[in-house]
Amino acid sequence: MITLTVDGVEVEVEDGATVLQACEAAGKEVPRFCYHERLSIAGNCRMCLVEMERAPKPIASCAMPAGNGMVIKTDTPVVKKAREGVMEFMLINHPLDCPICDQGGECDLQDQAMGYGTAESRYLEPKRAVENKNMGPLISTIMTRCIHCTRCVRFSTEVAGVNDMGAIGRGESMEITTYLEKALGSELSGNVVDLCPVGALTNRPYAFNARSWELSHTESFDAMDAVGSAIRIDTRGNEVMRVLPRVNDDVNEEWISDKTRHAIDGLKRQRIDRPYLRQRNGRLAECSWEDAFKAIQTKIKKAKPDAIGAIMGDQCDAESMFALKSLMENLGSANIDCRQDGSVLGGQGRGGYIFNSGFNGLEETDYVLLVGSNPRHEAAVINARLRRRWLNDGLEVARIGAEVDLTYPVKELGDDPSLLMAMDGGKSPILSKLKKAKKPMIIIGQGALNRADSSAILGALSRIAKDAGVVTATWNGFNVLHTAAGRVAGLDMGAIPARGGKDTAAMLKAAKSGDMDVLYLLAADECDLAGISDKTFVIYQGSHGDAGARIADVVLPGAAWCEKDAIFVNSEGRVQYASRATFPPGDAREDWSIIRALSAVLDATLGFDDHSQLRSALINAAPVFGIADELTETAFKAVGGKGQIKSTALQYAMGEGTATSFYMTCPISRSSVTMAECIEAFEQNGLKGAAE
Amino acid sequence: MSINSRIAEDQPQSFAFNAESKKQIKAILAKYPKDRKASAVIPLLDLAQRQHDNWIPMKAIELIAETLDMAEIRVLEVATFYTMFNLRPVGKYFIQACGTTPCWLRGSDDVMRCIHDKLGIKSGGTSACGKFSLLEVECLGACVNAPMVQINDDYYEDLDYDSTSELIDRLAQDDVPPAGSVKGRQGSQPEPGPTSLGDVIDFKKAKSKTSTSKTSSKKSAGKTRQGGA
Repeated sequence: MITLTVDGVEVEVEDGATVLQACEAAGKEVPRFCYHERLSIAGNCRMCLVEMERAPKPIASCAMPAGNGMVIKTDTPVVKKAREGVMEFMLINHPLDCPICDQGGECDLQDQAMGYGTAESRYLEPKRAVENKNMGPLISTIMTRCIHCTRCVRFSTEVAGVNDMGAIGRGESMEITTYLEKALGSELSGNVVDLCPVGALTNRPYAFNARSWELSHTESFDAMDAVGSAIRIDTRGNEVMRVLPRVNDDVNEEWISDKTRHAIDGLKRQRIDRPYLRQRNGRLAECSWEDAFKAIQTKIKKAKPDAIGAIMGDQCDAESMFALKSLMENLGSANIDCRQDGSVLGGQGRGGYIFNSGFNGLEETDYVLLVGSNPRHEAAVINARLRRRWLNDGLEVARIGAEVDLTYPVKELGDDPSLLMAMDGGKSPILSKLKKAKKPMIIIGQGALNRADSSAILGALSRIAKDAGVVTATWNGFNVLHTAAGRVAGLDMGAIPARGGKDTAAMLKAAKSGDMDVLYLLAADECDLAGISDKTFVIYQGSHGDAGARIADVVLPGAAWCEKDAIFVNSEGRVQYASRATFPPGDAREDWSIIRALSAVLDATLGFDDHSQLRSALINAAPVFGIADELTETAFKAVGGKGQIKSTALQYAMGEGTATSFYMTCPISRSSVTMAECIEAFEQNGLKGAAE
Repeated sequence: MSINSRIAEDQPQSFAFNAESKKQIKAILAKYPKDRKASAVIPLLDLAQRQHDNWIPMKAIELIAETLDMAEIRVLEVATFYTMFNLRPVGKYFIQACGTTPCWLRGSDDVMRCIHDKLGIKSGGTSACGKFSLLEVECLGACVNAPMVQINDDYYEDLDYDSTSELIDRLAQDDVPPAGSVKGRQGSQPEPGPTSLGDVIDFKKAKSKTSTSKTSSKKSAGKTRQGGA
């Protein structure tokens, strides 16, 4: 520990801390542009100048290591004058276009010019102008505003791991650009907009849409993937204007993926805003809630209980899944499944399907084996943490799966999962690597879990984990990385077929042969719905007119994830209470309330009348839902089964080389124009480039 | 001047180092540890420029990035940082004229005016004949003999309007004058001749001597060093 004095206050800071951090520890505000806690130190903006005793001139506090006995002053006339001088230089080439700048109102330069600048400009000479650069569909650039802090360059190089951005030229002709102005090819590119302290890089889809002071803020959690990033949803009226990250050091730190941030325009398109009923002529027509419920009542009354099934989609909240599960139980059906991708997880203890070490375990691990997981696309912000571990400590990562660029080097073991059989109880170099590591980790992707032989894969991995010390008394590195925001919640409440019940594949098979009388799709659009028999009555409840609604006989308008107070559980098993940011459009209702109302019509009334009663019932049934934003210790139990693992190549759940693009994984992102533009800019152009 | 206008629009489709350059690259890379290959970026850019008519095409930047395991943008950053690297074609004689304070006080404006009068070009331009390019640069470190210009690898010092004019005339006929002060003074000695030690060393004689017998002066230097030790 280092002890130093800041403005007469003695503070203690950790070894390696900077003077700026010491000033913050002393409660002193130090203005800065280039310095950012999560990026390397550049020291080029000079805004953080402070006075140090026995130093001949003010020092840049962000780049000066704190030393024992230093005497720092942040409020002297010298410091004031120095900052005024720096600010004056900064403003020489900065345009006075705040009234038309999207950053206006939340601009570091604006704020700090008010706080630390002078009232008037003495500059009468011409200002420089810089051509705008193309950085893809998500970032709009007004480069004349750039103050060359290089935060964006450092972010893309260090965190995102794409060496595309740089500062070319020197002195007055210095310009920030990507190499030959190609789009910034990262899933995290939107974060440079947050990092930009001025209005040089702004949110392109949001350009000129709103002013920051008109927006209401809702603190919530993201449901576009299973990371559970902490976000702030900014709304105006009943419209989501933008999504920004919140700091959550345990999960997303302060980044979010481009899908989280930019898929929101999908919330306004393709929406189901009233109930629909399929007519005799085969077309869906608008109807009233009563008519929709009556149609369902007629069909369910006629159906045998074991010929009623329910499939829950990837983005469902815990409440609606619990309500549907309870309804199916009341109707006497065991056919429920929250795993529309055909995953084999669940039913064997919680430790078998969550990211046991927690995302913070990534900071401790010293060896990672990826099995059928492509974290860059399946959990972009988590991949950034893996990259940082490689960058800082040279973390070793090996992979069973196809070769895709994860922004750090990976030892390739091929994409043939049958090599796990050799590792299971046998010998292999990887096994000894795992054994040698102090805190080894296996990350299992959804691509390894939805195959016919997945039970054997999971079983082999579970035995290897036990054998190789991936699971010990103090460490559990047996990690499943999910892609569906609703999956862990579904598994936690046991939304999988009960004894004798059918799983997703069996239900769909029965529906196609006509043996299923009623199929209830709760926002399930990503399973194979083609060819469902006319004899099967399909109820689709969801927010968007997507694959499910297209084949449904009755469509019930539900709410999208940000339109309801809802519980989501992320990959780690962290229970997160998301908040409602807007109301669902038109006649659409929160999903649990639709199911509750329907249950009364079906004479299978659910035992809760409002949201809080539902939550208590849910917590009663599965106590884990009552513990918000904490990780609960889960004992390891062997999971999976035994059997032959086929040597068919592992397929990732999404991203490069698969049918599902990273940018379009759910009804919301499929309806998003921005996401379509991203696919065009990043994936299709990428393919073209590769073909040349 | 914006960066885009500093990069040539017409780019060659390919670039490869010739055998001579490849040999040199090997020697250059041997100077640095394997994981610090990027240190060789400036020498490699220089090689590429010398090989390619005094300018560096983007294909060369990409080749150097590949050779040194660097991102393309990092090589471009270096290439655009230094005025000595040209990213668009320049004339046979690339004139870098210093305009920084010492040269400016000693009349760099006259030099610049002369170049403009004779060739009709300003900084960044190439003459109609295609033989000359001019770039105004910052201090090149020859202030004692200001004003000065650098033409390709050589410095021409102590210039004024007339001597610049003569310099350009000779270059136009590919008659390259000897580098150094156009007034004939050696190093930065005072213009009328030495003001001290004049009786010890006759600079004019010494100059003619050194040019004829380099080996002997080297030997004597070696002796002095030994004596000192």
